[in-house]
Amino acid sequence: MSTLTREETLELIQEVLEVYPDKAKKERAKHLAVNDPTVEQSKKCIISNRKSLPGVMTVRGCAYAGSKGVVWGPIKDMIHISHGPVGCGQYSRAGRRNYYVGMTGINTFGTMNFTSDFQEKDIVFGGDKKLDKLISEIESLFPLSKGISVQSECPIGLIGDDIEAVAKKKSKELEKPVVPVRCEGFRGVSQSLGHHIANDAIRDWVIGNRDGDESFATTPYDVAVIGDYNIGGDAWSSRILLEEMGLRVVAQWSGDGTLSEMELTPKVKLNLIHCYRSMNYISRHMEVKYGVPWMEYNFFGPTKIAESLRKIAAFFDETIQAGAEQVIAKYTAEYEAIIAKYRPRLEGKRVMLYVGGLRPRHVIGAYEDLGMEVVGTGYEFGHNDDYDRTMKEMGNATLLYDDITGYEFEEFVKKVKPDLVGSGIKEKYIFQKMGIPFRQMHSWDYSGPYHGYDGFAIFARDMDMTINNPCWKQMRASWQQLATGEALPLAASA
Amino acid sequence: MPSVMIRKSDTGALLFYVAKKDMEETIASVETDTPEAWGGRVELTDGSQWYLDPISPPPRFPTTLRFTRAA
Repeated sequence: MSTLTREETLELIQEVLEVYPDKAKKERAKHLAVNDPTVEQSKKCIISNRKSLPGVMTVRGCAYAGSKGVVWGPIKDMIHISHGPVGCGQYSRAGRRNYYVGMTGINTFGTMNFTSDFQEKDIVFGGDKKLDKLISEIESLFPLSKGISVQSECPIGLIGDDIEAVAKKKSKELEKPVVPVRCEGFRGVSQSLGHHIANDAIRDWVIGNRDGDESFATTPYDVAVIGDYNIGGDAWSSRILLEEMGLRVVAQWSGDGTLSEMELTPKVKLNLIHCYRSMNYISRHMEVKYGVPWMEYNFFGPTKIAESLRKIAAFFDETIQAGAEQVIAKYTAEYEAIIAKYRPRLEGKRVMLYVGGLRPRHVIGAYEDLGMEVVGTGYEFGHNDDYDRTMKEMGNATLLYDDITGYEFEEFVKKVKPDLVGSGIKEKYIFQKMGIPFRQMHSWDYSGPYHGYDGFAIFARDMDMTINNPCWKQMRASWQQLATGEALPLAASA
Repeated sequence: MPSVMIRKSDTGALLFYVAKKDMEETIASVETDTPEAWGGRVELTDGSQWYLDPISPPPRFPTTLRFTRAA
């Protein structure tokens, strides 16, 4: 099917909405839109960050997922206690592949699960005593941890435990930061509020720790990488580019990051923010309180990398600007070879995305570098400022969908017939069984890194490997194959 | 009375950000914007109006201020 016109896309949205009862239809209609890159403000055509409707399948997470899973979890030298029943911590343990260096269980704790394992008596009599004991136990077993964070699960808020008091007491006792985080799962409509709560906890309990301490030797080229969770090593492939152009990366937030890096961040000259959605709050705070400017950048695909490197360099003097040009020149031959190899195999392929905080817009450039086109994109938990930024990146008359339901996504894919769907594990097997190539764009399908020039090579290989995999021609039994050997697309008949 | 973070954008325009509402808008006009004072009625590009007693001397951006909704 060729590209849809604006009218056809509008019709498609209407068609998909048809099955809902009137009230649900009215509500869902606000979350689906046809892109018009000339519109300045997204709120005129799409509504986001609203409560999901009961009865529809949504893939959103909770505030605890946003705080423990995304923001705090990757800080490797702190111990993050999942305070509450055991499941939340266990099922989110190490699932996000935030890589780090260190000896797990000795000085780093990223893939371990610490939980207070609430039982009935803790709910009835309160869990503060247990938390106190737990923190003491952690200290005796893992004395090299640099700090502890208490990530609240739902019951903590429901029974009204005073984790702040315990945290203050233990912090004094152990002479280590103990950070209470009020990220109970029921707060907010998605993990997005968890990011905000986690940022606020960092602001209140971490950022100010070294105010007035000038012992850290700064340079004019200090930067911090914020909102890069080092999934499959992403932050590392970003960091080398910044270091090659002459900058000094003081802190990584929070993939492969440490507590002291976070405490030193207010002393840098520029905050570089990759995931705007999850860490803009703390960047804004540092700008107001410490006067550290921040800027968004995008390290997906050579076009955007070069653009971002130049934008970053413009903040600094000529040596860095020359450094940026050198870095771009150094990798040009490398990425041109990759484009020459994969572009002919991927040219004109159409992609639909549905991911989390930054990828629905950030990876568009990388696909375009490979000659592919993104025909639909959407956020699980984006806000209007995300859509403001997305609408400029997307082509005219492409689909935008916010907090899309399982049903809507399937219908859109059946009608739009993309050559690739990029989303998460919950969508993966549905679309694969429909005969549509699929990549997980949360965890890079256990591959990665995808950031930076090195990551682009892996990205291109992975996309080619998925789309041009011979298995997609084997989706029908051999006696059902057409005479030409071409398989019927299953989605058409499904 | 929301707390509003005001910062300069890349283009030099002032951005009006309400953290609680995740609202980020550009300021279209400010009633009092002189070297002595800054504030009064502030209109945003989306048409909404906000009020702040003029501050003297003008604040240095970025900063956080408390605005009220102007009817």
